Amino acid sequence: MSVIVSNLTKTFGDQRVVDDLSFEVKPGEILGFLGPNGAGKSTTMKMITTYLQPTSGTATVCGHDVIKDQMDVRHHIGYLPEHNPLYKDMYIKEYLQFVARIHKVDNAQNRIVELIETTGLQKEQHKLISSISKGYRQRVGLAQALLHDPDVIILDEPTSGLDMNQLIEIRALIKKLGETKTVIFSTHIMQEVQALCDRVIIINEGKLVADDPIDMLQKRLKGEDVIYLELDKKYDASALESINGVNSVTRVSPTEYVIGANNVTDIRPNIFHLATQQNWVILEMRREQKNVEYIFQQLTKKQNADV
Amino acid sequence: MPMYSVYRKEINSFLSSLIAYIVIIVFLMMVGLFMWVIPDTSVLSYNYATLDQLFTLAPLVFLFLIPATTMRSFAEERQTGTIEFLSTKPISELEIVGAKFLANLTLVLFALLPTAIYYYSVYKLGYPEGNLDSGGIMGSYIGLFFLAAVFVAIGIFVSSITNNQIVSFILAAFLCFICYFAFGFLSNLPIFVGSLDYTIQKMGISYHYAALSKGVIDSRSVVYFLTVIFFFIVLTMYSLKQRRG
Repeated sequence: MSVIVSNLTKTFGDQRVVDDLSFEVKPGEILGFLGPNGAGKSTTMKMITTYLQPTSGTATVCGHDVIKDQMDVRHHIGYLPEHNPLYKDMYIKEYLQFVARIHKVDNAQNRIVELIETTGLQKEQHKLISSISKGYRQRVGLAQALLHDPDVIILDEPTSGLDMNQLIEIRALIKKLGETKTVIFSTHIMQEVQALCDRVIIINEGKLVADDPIDMLQKRLKGEDVIYLELDKKYDASALESINGVNSVTRVSPTEYVIGANNVTDIRPNIFHLATQQNWVILEMRREQKNVEYIFQQLTKKQNADV
Repeated sequence: MPMYSVYRKEINSFLSSLIAYIVIIVFLMMVGLFMWVIPDTSVLSYNYATLDQLFTLAPLVFLFLIPATTMRSFAEERQTGTIEFLSTKPISELEIVGAKFLANLTLVLFALLPTAIYYYSVYKLGYPEGNLDSGGIMGSYIGLFFLAAVFVAIGIFVSSITNNQIVSFILAAFLCFICYFAFGFLSNLPIFVGSLDYTIQKMGISYHYAALSKGVIDSRSVVYFLTVIFFFIVLTMYSLKQRRG
């Protein structure tokens, strides 16, 4: 196992930011770390990378304990913190040389040239960090994390704030890294997880909500369609529940409904027919994109129901 | 090697941000003006071959110049988040603090070095030539260097407890002022006179600075300076460890 997290807990004051979290990551696995803002993703990563001290529990990276063998852990980890902090008054190459010296990288010059190529920084390589765009800064951050050829790469929201093209390039890079290394990255974009990961861990309020291989998670979530419906005024809409395939009807306001349905058949025609039958006026009806918030609601609901 | 890496980065940042040049020029200008130009304090009108002006004025200039160079040490790293980058690299807290301390001290050293010209000038101007207290001057230089090292240690410590550079500057200048002057003032308070005054004086920097300027390297003063420096470096490391929660 490359990374083993066991009963990791972090409290700030009386707030439990990470609550008894345990999971393992195998070598060569890309693990997506998913959760809404404030779920404890960053805090967990900060503990694995030795930036924060766990309140209780521990984690090991390549067999080294994050509390006892901090220096060994740091040698084995490449870390891109959230917001990608960089020394903006340095030149890209100067900065990479600085990092190489900290890591005592052999043959640093060649390694830097190699990384500038893999991260696609050739055109910008002679510039000041403060003068390059956010996408390129992200690449510098990645190059920095990869410089010493670490076994485990931890990326905290590596794609936040990038435009579409940059996003695709960075994702391709992460995918390529995952072929040989263990990669843990956090995000709140579902598509990203689907595109990149072998496995997904979802946490909410510091607790593990789901730990599934990606295809399992898709299956779990595929079972249901979400349809948003708005009518012109308040009706007795209990008839909606009698439509074949509808699992749940939630009234979010007097005239608005969120309908959960299985996705074997599209039930929207049925809703339309029902509405004409009952003389309801439909102002809006749409199938919702399954966003992370929704997935969360579903998964946390399920968890509470199990308990 | 990791420590040298951070040291070099700090020096480069002093150079590229022009801080190094500004500090050195301002220091030499202020000291130079008082030593050679302003008639009230100038050596030329004083008629004695000494460097006393340099050694009274330099601590005052350092009092605000050194907090200005150290204020960003950790405050900026905390502000921009690079402290997280640095703290997850295989480099210990001691190495980080040590590198920043030495980089700032190097800057001070380079501000002090050109004043050797003042020494040479006064040496030449003496009548007969060379008629000045070279031993005392050597001692004063050593004292000044230790004093600067204490200011740097204080500045770095203060910088590690805040992420606001202005707060860092003001607090550091204040703390340096306390360490340099306040003990001397305090010892003059009526309640202490005749009882604790001497002990209180010995706690301040100015007492030991004056002791070294006599040209005799008193080991107690050296130990005093080293202890204060060590104390603030340890405090800085402690403050860095604190944020790990």
